[in-house]
Amino acid sequence: MLNAQNSSAPKGLWARFNAMPLDSAPRTITVAVVLCLFCSMIVSGAAVMLKPQQEINKTLDKKTNILKVAGLYENGIDVEKAFAAFEPHLVDMETGKFSQAADAATYDQRTAAKDPAQSIVLDNDPAGIKRQAKLASVYLTRDAAGDIERIILPIHGYGLWSTLYGFIALNADGNEVYGLRFYEHGETPGLGAEVDNPKWMAQWPGKLVYDGAGEISIGVGKSAPAGVDASKHHIDAIAGATLTSRGVDNLVKFWMGEQGFKTFLDNLKKGEA
Amino acid sequence: MAGSDKSMLLDPLVDNNPITLQVLGICSALAVTSSLKVAMVMAIAVTLVTAFSNFFISLLRNQIPSSIRIIVQMVIIASLVIVVDQVLKAYLYEISKTLSVFVGLIITNCIVMGRAEAFAMKNPPIPSFLDGIGNGLGYSLILLLVGVIRELFGAGSLFGVQILETVNNGGWYVPNGLLLLPPSAFFVIGLLIWAFRTWKPAQVEKRDYKIMAEEGAH
Repeated sequence: MLNAQNSSAPKGLWARFNAMPLDSAPRTITVAVVLCLFCSMIVSGAAVMLKPQQEINKTLDKKTNILKVAGLYENGIDVEKAFAAFEPHLVDMETGKFSQAADAATYDQRTAAKDPAQSIVLDNDPAGIKRQAKLASVYLTRDAAGDIERIILPIHGYGLWSTLYGFIALNADGNEVYGLRFYEHGETPGLGAEVDNPKWMAQWPGKLVYDGAGEISIGVGKSAPAGVDASKHHIDAIAGATLTSRGVDNLVKFWMGEQGFKTFLDNLKKGEA
Repeated sequence: MAGSDKSMLLDPLVDNNPITLQVLGICSALAVTSSLKVAMVMAIAVTLVTAFSNFFISLLRNQIPSSIRIIVQMVIIASLVIVVDQVLKAYLYEISKTLSVFVGLIITNCIVMGRAEAFAMKNPPIPSFLDGIGNGLGYSLILLLVGVIRELFGAGSLFGVQILETVNNGGWYVPNGLLLLPPSAFFVIGLLIWAFRTWKPAQVEKRDYKIMAEEGAH
């Protein structure tokens, strides 16, 4: 057998490779390397080719959510066209003023919140977010006369299982809520996930964030605390979702407070933003 | 050949269903069946991955050294899954967001590996491809059945279209929230297996042990 193989010693690389027993070490390694190279080419090719389309989807998704919270979204509308009415701005969370430190159209607050250079660690952290980005992306819409019509602010915080990401839209006075909506969360279906229920969300429009003295009075709970006018500031908690409701209460209070957008809203009212 | 092709496609639907008879691929069946639309995309993805991984593994079956065959199968399956995941992210973004990690987990779906190892390693490419499609369809059938039950009774809708008006939206139907949670899929799949085996008693497995009478009893 051996002699027979030797006498007709195969010539050429491929023939010699084919003559090797299937389980020999060189052949095994060759098969593994060739296969891995081939597969990695396919995978990276797919990733590179589809990247532009994926980026478009991501920004489209974000814009759709902003449109939804501003109450401008209907099925089948041209998102890009409708979004043109929104003015993106960056707000410096420390000074509460507009910032030009980055490009507002491409800045990603969620990535920035994870980057130590672009965020701060929170000591007082009722919303459970650990790090807060130094710059926040806010959106303004203007009426025909050029005055600010609505202010759309990004909010997020921890519920029961997950971080809820959403937007709150305020009217020009920086106090009356126009709407609130979460676009991403992982709360329990049928219980905490009822934050997406249109009937529950319908409680928000018309509520006031601050009372006459400028204190945060808006709250989510079973009933309004003593001394707070429920018709103006109270949102009913979701039945069966105490912890999610508490999370929403905490995160709204956090983002509307001193650590959140209060300074910015005050500046905006005074025209100093 | 035509007859065996047909049986290769249709056998795994009922007679040799990967979920109800072989009880494989349960993990993803629990996770993605709370809405029908997502279940359908998952079913298509698994069918495609099973078919093409079977095809490519079968093409290479005479070159794959047996010492690394499982790794080779995994590499091929994983590459296909990544491609599927990228395509979903590019063209079905909403659904890929809901499926999230479960697309990646097709790699670990026992049906895909099971068919690669049991069928594709020993058979030519075309029958292997058909076997993959057949088993994918068997998986899809169960996924869609479970999806219909869970979405209809859990949320009162099918494919996101409201069928039973729920109480929360001013209707009459009180949705069964449990059906939207993963454990309910266990119950539904269990009941389906029971139904299948009552219909086709041949699928009932033989006991591999016998309960002995207690010692000293008469």
